[in-house]
Amino acid sequence: MPTKTTCPSSQVSDDEQKKRENTRSLTMSGHVGFESLPDQLVNRSIQQGFCFNILCVGETGIGKSTLIDTLFNTNFADHESSHFFPHVRLKAQTYELHESNVRLKLTIVNTVGFGDQINKEESYQPVVDYIDAQFEAYLQEELKIKRSLFNYHDSRIHVCLYFISPTGHSLKTLDLLTMKSLDSKVNIIPVIAKADIISKAELQKFKIKLMSELVSSGVQIYQFPTDDETIAKINASMNGHLPFAVVGSMDEVKIGNKMVKARQYPWGVVQVENENHSDFVKLREMLICTNMEDLREQTHTRHYELYRRCKLEEMGFTDVGPENKPLSLQETYEAKRHEFYGERQRKEEEMKQMFVQRVKEKKAILKEAERELQAKFEHLKRVHQEERMKLEEKRRLLEEEIIAFSKKKATSEIYQNQSYMASGSNLKKDKDRKKDPGYRFELLCFDVRACEINGGRKDAEEGREGPCTMGWP
Amino acid sequence: MDPLRQSPSPCSSRPSSPKTPPCEMHGYVGIEDVLDQLKIKAMKMGFEFNIMVVGQSGLGKSTMVSTLFKSKVWKCTLPGRGMPIPQTLQLKSVTHVIEEKGVKLKLTVTDTPGFGDQINNDKCWDPILGYINEQYERYLQEEILITRQRHIPDTRVHCCVYFVPPTGHCLRPLDIELLQRLCRTVNVVPVIARADSLTLEEREAFRRRIQHNLRTHCIEVYPQKCFDEDINDRILNSKIRDRIPFAVVGSDQEYLVNGRCVLGRKTKWGIIEVENMAHCEFLLLRDLLIRSHLQDLKDITHNVHYENYRVCRLNESHVLPRGPCWVNLAPTPPGPPVAPGPSKVCRQAREDSDDDEDDY
Repeated sequence: MPTKTTCPSSQVSDDEQKKRENTRSLTMSGHVGFESLPDQLVNRSIQQGFCFNILCVGETGIGKSTLIDTLFNTNFADHESSHFFPHVRLKAQTYELHESNVRLKLTIVNTVGFGDQINKEESYQPVVDYIDAQFEAYLQEELKIKRSLFNYHDSRIHVCLYFISPTGHSLKTLDLLTMKSLDSKVNIIPVIAKADIISKAELQKFKIKLMSELVSSGVQIYQFPTDDETIAKINASMNGHLPFAVVGSMDEVKIGNKMVKARQYPWGVVQVENENHSDFVKLREMLICTNMEDLREQTHTRHYELYRRCKLEEMGFTDVGPENKPLSLQETYEAKRHEFYGERQRKEEEMKQMFVQRVKEKKAILKEAERELQAKFEHLKRVHQEERMKLEEKRRLLEEEIIAFSKKKATSEIYQNQSYMASGSNLKKDKDRKKDPGYRFELLCFDVRACEINGGRKDAEEGREGPCTMGWP
Repeated sequence: MDPLRQSPSPCSSRPSSPKTPPCEMHGYVGIEDVLDQLKIKAMKMGFEFNIMVVGQSGLGKSTMVSTLFKSKVWKCTLPGRGMPIPQTLQLKSVTHVIEEKGVKLKLTVTDTPGFGDQINNDKCWDPILGYINEQYERYLQEEILITRQRHIPDTRVHCCVYFVPPTGHCLRPLDIELLQRLCRTVNVVPVIARADSLTLEEREAFRRRIQHNLRTHCIEVYPQKCFDEDINDRILNSKIRDRIPFAVVGSDQEYLVNGRCVLGRKTKWGIIEVENMAHCEFLLLRDLLIRSHLQDLKDITHNVHYENYRVCRLNESHVLPRGPCWVNLAPTPPGPPVAPGPSKVCRQAREDSDDDEDDY
């Protein structure tokens, strides 16, 4: 029965069920033509271009760059890196490759300085951080209101090639630790680097040992998908060859009458693309020719979704609310917004209160200071007044004394003149002086006094005649 | 190009990415095998296509759908035939899975019996827009879940085929109103229905007049000019734009003509062959919808119309989405939300279309 969807809207779950019951196969009586749909899809993808990001994790000098060069048959400009970096860094480079009508934007991320430090505890953290940062960038873009996902350059790591040292014994602790921390974030394909060091017999044992160690530690490496019939068989057999023992080289050596990529030793030539010598061809086949799309899909649907879920749950969003009713992102946003709003109001109030309080206190202090200052001022004023009055008093006394002295001087001069007239001669005066000490004393006193008065006269009023003028009528 | 549109093209071949030096490869690597991988994946997952037919009763919408997909899409008697005209517009949706040469297509057809049949057809487009927006809403809800499904079921309407009655004059006010609103939310392909009542000259004249009407009212039908990516697209789409609206005739009856069994309509004066380009342009419509532009329709719906809806939705903060019906906390009367689509298209040029915007 056709579903009736009446406006304004319908129950979500009901409709879904009805639709599911409704979907049934229909046979067509003729050729419609939508078999071209996959081609339309492919054309669209060709126009858009493809994006593939490989992360190579391994010790310095283990052959990461060479292997990538060999895989993609080019010489990506790169030089040897030093062994003396204090921390592990990641270096990303993007290249554009063309093959027939396919454009591939290839990003190679290399770990620089991995395994070189003396203390390797922090070695794997930068790698994990880098992968998370790419997921985060994509999540941010997806959560934006105005977003452009179709335009977005996807930088999420699609595959991690983990390079294992060809010791022949087992995995190093650093390897185990790193792989364990990466396996839930990225598709890991372990490879045994520089495999030309190991002999065939040792290689088999080594591979078995490695795989059993990985399984027992619970490391989930990438399994090639076996659900599609066309590639299931080959994928299944390849799964048994993991980890791939690879040899990389861009140097060419003449074998027979062909130039092949190989490494030349005094004891023989190791051919890169010879299946007996290395698993390089298998790696290339699995990585590029058969499963590139699956790697991208796994990254997007499994690893990215896991990251997204964890991140959103961390931020406090859930799908199910407190009463087990489905909660939507919108509601959570609203609730959180109200919460933050309320919080902000509260804080604003608090700050206002604090501000008012402080102002009051400051005002009180200032008033206090003002009062003190006022009191000081008054006190000083009073002191000043008192001093002034004292000085006035002294001045008055001094002036009175001056008047008294001048009076005395005047009277003593009159007496002196009188005595001059009485005696008659100066010589006699001298003798008399000697004879008459009283008289002489008076004269001396007069002289001294005259000097004093002369000195004092200078401060006192002007216009008064000097002692030499005294006596002149 | 309208600078207010979302972006130059939904599937731009110019991604914003770091500067990349092009590299020369010395030999075969095998990158092009990724195309085969894509194809295998797509075939396994199957495709989805949702089409809506809008038009008045009796214009042959249901027959057209059956003709397009060469099967009896409607199980019971065709809606509208022999049944009383429904009082209100009811949307009917039916889903089928059809397979051709290994390609599985999940087809959903939505019909609109009762559209434009009432005496007062004011706001008769609301149920249609409500339905379209409801599908967008459903997809949005799935997309913002914390634990999402691997593949979100896509029920959004990818294409809306609008049937213009063959008056021979020009677009009627009802047509114009509806088209203006629809074009902002969904890809619209207008067709001249029952074109067997028009002669070839009348058809051409009618078509020109309709194109003129569309231009005057700034109605952008599919294929939209602003989404043409490169010169090839533009050439191809210009040819299509020149023939829009297609004059179509639908039929599910077969007759013998010149020894061949063809779909057609038998009249006293001859048999109108549906798949004959000389008789009608049904083949053009079928090729556009199915054979060449199906993926493009889906892309534009996903990258432009859905994104526009999402932007509007996320900017409104006063509507709680979950619940049996729209819970609108804003002091406006509740009802099906009018299309909040890219209303910026040609707003300056339009003089008569501002009744939706006052709701927001």
